This record gives sequence, structure tokens and C-alpha cells, in this order.
Amino acid sequence: MIRIALALAFILSATAGAGQTMRMAVTTSFQNSGLATVLLPEIEADTQLEIQMLVVGTGQALRLGAAGDVDAVLVHAPAAEAQQVGAGHATHRREIMYNDFVILGPKSDPAGVATATTASQAFAALAAARTPFASRGDDSGTHKAELAIWASTGAMPQGRWYVETGAGMGATLNTAVGLGAYVMADRASWLNFGNKADFEILFEGDPPLNNQYSFLPTNPARHPHIDAAAAKAVEDWLVGPKGQAMIGAYRVNGVQVFFPNATAP
Amino acid sequence: MEWADLGEITLRSLAVSLSATALAAAIAMPFGAWLAVRPFAGRRWAVATLNALIGIPPVVVGLVVYLLLSRSGPLGVLGLLFTPWAMILAQVVIITPLIASLTHQAMRDLWLTYRDLLVSLNATQSQRLRLVLWDGRRALLTAALAGFGRAIGEVGAIMIVGGNIDHATRVLTTAITLETSKGNLWFAVTLGAVLIVLSLAVSLTAHALTRTERRAQW
Repeated sequence: MIRIALALAFILSATAGAGQTMRMAVTTSFQNSGLATVLLPEIEADTQLEIQMLVVGTGQALRLGAAGDVDAVLVHAPAAEAQQVGAGHATHRREIMYNDFVILGPKSDPAGVATATTASQAFAALAAARTPFASRGDDSGTHKAELAIWASTGAMPQGRWYVETGAGMGATLNTAVGLGAYVMADRASWLNFGNKADFEILFEGDPPLNNQYSFLPTNPARHPHIDAAAAKAVEDWLVGPKGQAMIGAYRVNGVQVFFPNATAP
Repeated sequence: MEWADLGEITLRSLAVSLSATALAAAIAMPFGAWLAVRPFAGRRWAVATLNALIGIPPVVVGLVVYLLLSRSGPLGVLGLLFTPWAMILAQVVIITPLIASLTHQAMRDLWLTYRDLLVSLNATQSQRLRLVLWDGRRALLTAALAGFGRAIGEVGAIMIVGGNIDHATRVLTTAITLETSKGNLWFAVTLGAVLIVLSLAVSLTAHALTRTERRAQW
């Protein structure tokens, strides 16, 4: 009995041991795109930190940062990020990279969004046709960006055709494919998604679809237990030459999905 | 996630849920038996509450445990959030009512059988408890297995308090959620099959152990 208990305790603590750990909440697209899997081992090797990554929506990531439960967050919602810094929950906001959102739907494109010239027009066409649209509905960066585009059409979406999944990017893509519903996703998550069925990119390339990712270290003045040095080390790696080069070199099916754009502090 | 991580994740699932089941059983079984042998005024209410708590949504438990363990919460200084210990704590809260209720039910039937004998022998409270618990050990095993089954298949609470961190708090159920979100549906289903096999193995082992015990005993 005691031996079993010891074995259990060993398994439970085995991974929490070696080295200093740094906790970071990252947006689902950073993970679902596969970039996290490529960068993490390199960051760990170069900084001598064990990085524990929590994959959540931007809204939840920012709340984890505000509560002091993570040392830093990597998210994509500039307005909410500015608020986080303004409220003193984060020391600053550092731009790391960008990519873009795309509007996806069934190949047949019943609402005809492929012929739109702006994202706003594409959404207006969806609202007019009342074809199903799957929204994240989870206060994530993608959701915030989607709502901003709806706002630009002059009318917020309403009705049974507008489905809020309240789930992450991957789960929402699964729902959209299942329902044959249009959906907005970041390009990286889409390219790396394994259950595409007959869906394809129907609209892309408009400035409101720009998607900026930033790094926000949690404010150690608010939470003394925060490992500010570790957060700084990870930030320096991400904006440094190696980090930026690796982000730019990352390909999904031969396509570049993230564009590094960190600037000197 | 890769196939190489499967062993680690499976072991962690087992370690977390077995620990939670052991802790929950240590609390729930004496409590359930005590409820059965000890008459008191509010017992009907206590039992009804216990039965209602069986249906408590895991995600609510997860949220409450998160709020307790968060750095901004009352137990934040312990630094337990996003560790396996937080997951064990959440699972203990989820399965304790279930084990206690099943224990109470089994012990109550036993108690009705033994009551007159034990009262006439003037057995103390602790003697009564020990006798019914020992005599109903097979029912207790079923209660523990039911608790284990609920613990190992649970995802809502441990996702919140564990965070599904690779090499730290990722277990089978949270890995299934992750792979589903990546659209790797077949990999997710395979992980589900591993989960079922694991549950079956634990259940078979437990039953094999009790049968051995029985042969030696009788």
C-alpha cells in the first residue's frame, strides 16, 4: 500500500521537479497552429526555464494574468491588451508577430462572400443571406476581431443563423464544418486543422482581418510571487534574432503563417 | 501531442484519479457509514443533500477550486493551481458525495440486519462502524470503483484547475479535448479507447484482488 502511494507521489511530482518554471497563458491559435510546439523546446533550451503553457482564449488568458496565476500572456486583442496595461495588470505590451484572419465556408459559397471586396461587405452578405455562421462567442481575440467587423456593417448579427459556440478555435471549426456554417478563423489554425471537409478560404486580405500577437508580462508589483526575470527572458527570446527568425521560418504545408514584427523597446 | 507521450499521460491519469479515489474514500466511507448507523434529527436532510451533490456539475467544482487556489484567492499562497494536486483536490470534491451516498445505502441495509445484535451486545459507535464497513467491503469496492470511474472520465474541472499543461497536468481526458480541437478526431477516439481500457484494467484488478481475499478468508 505504502509502495503504491510512493509510486503515485513519484508520478505526480516527476515532471514538476527540474529547474525553474515559467507559466505562460497563450492563445489557442498559438498552440493549434503548431508554432508553440516548435518554439517551446528552443526557448527552454536557451533560457534554461521549464515553460508551462496554458492554452486558453485571449479573454481568459488576460484574466489569468490579472489574477497573477501566470507570469506572462501571449494574446491577440490590441484593445483589451491596452486596457490590461492601463489597469496595471501587465507592465507593458510587446508586439511579437502578426498573421491574418480568413473567412471560411463551404466550397459552394451560398452567401457569395467570395465576391465581396471588404470584410465588412462579406459579413453584410452573410447577414443578408442568413446562412449559418459559427462564432467563437468566448471573448477570445478572434471573437473580439469578429465582433469589430460586425460592428462595421452597422448591425450586430441576430437570429438562429448566428451560432455562438462558446468554445476554442478548433472546436468552433469542428462545429462550423458539421453545420456547413461560415466561420472566421486565424489562418494558422485553419491550415493546421485536420478536419477540413469541403471547406475553404472564401475571403481574405482586408486590413480589418489583420491579427497582431503581443506578449504581456504580469505586473510583479501587484503579485510579488511573479517571476519577472523569467518572463523577461522569454520576452527577450521571442523578440530576439533567433525567435523572430524561427517565427518567420515556420511553415504549415509550405505556407508561412506568422510574420515576425517585434520592434526594439 | 505524440504517441511517445501516451504512456506518461496515461500514468498521470491513473495517478491523479487513484489518489483522488483513495482520499475521497477515506473521507466518504466513514462518513457514509456513520450516517447509516447514527440516527439524528436532520438525517433525511443530510442524505438528500448528499444525493443531490452527486449531480454537481464538475465544471462548477473546477471553478470554485480555481477561485480558492488562484493567486488572488484565499489559498493562493500554496501555489497549487495548475499542478496535479489541484486536479486531485477537484476530483475529491466531485466524487466524495457519490462514494458517501453509495456507502450509506449499502451500510444502511447492513445496519438493519445487525442492529438488534449490536445494540444488545452494547457495541460502541466505533465498533459498529468497523463491523458494518468490514462486512460491506464488497459494496464499498463498488462505491470506490464508481468514484474512480467518474474521476478518470472527468474533464471540465481538471481543465480549469490543471490547465492541460504538457508534461505537467495533461491527462487522457484533457488530451482528448485538445486533439478534438485540433481536428485530429481519430487520434482523439484512440485516446478514448485507451481511457476505457484503463478503466477496465483498474476494475478487473480490484475485482481480482477481492476474490483472492475471499478465498483465503472463507
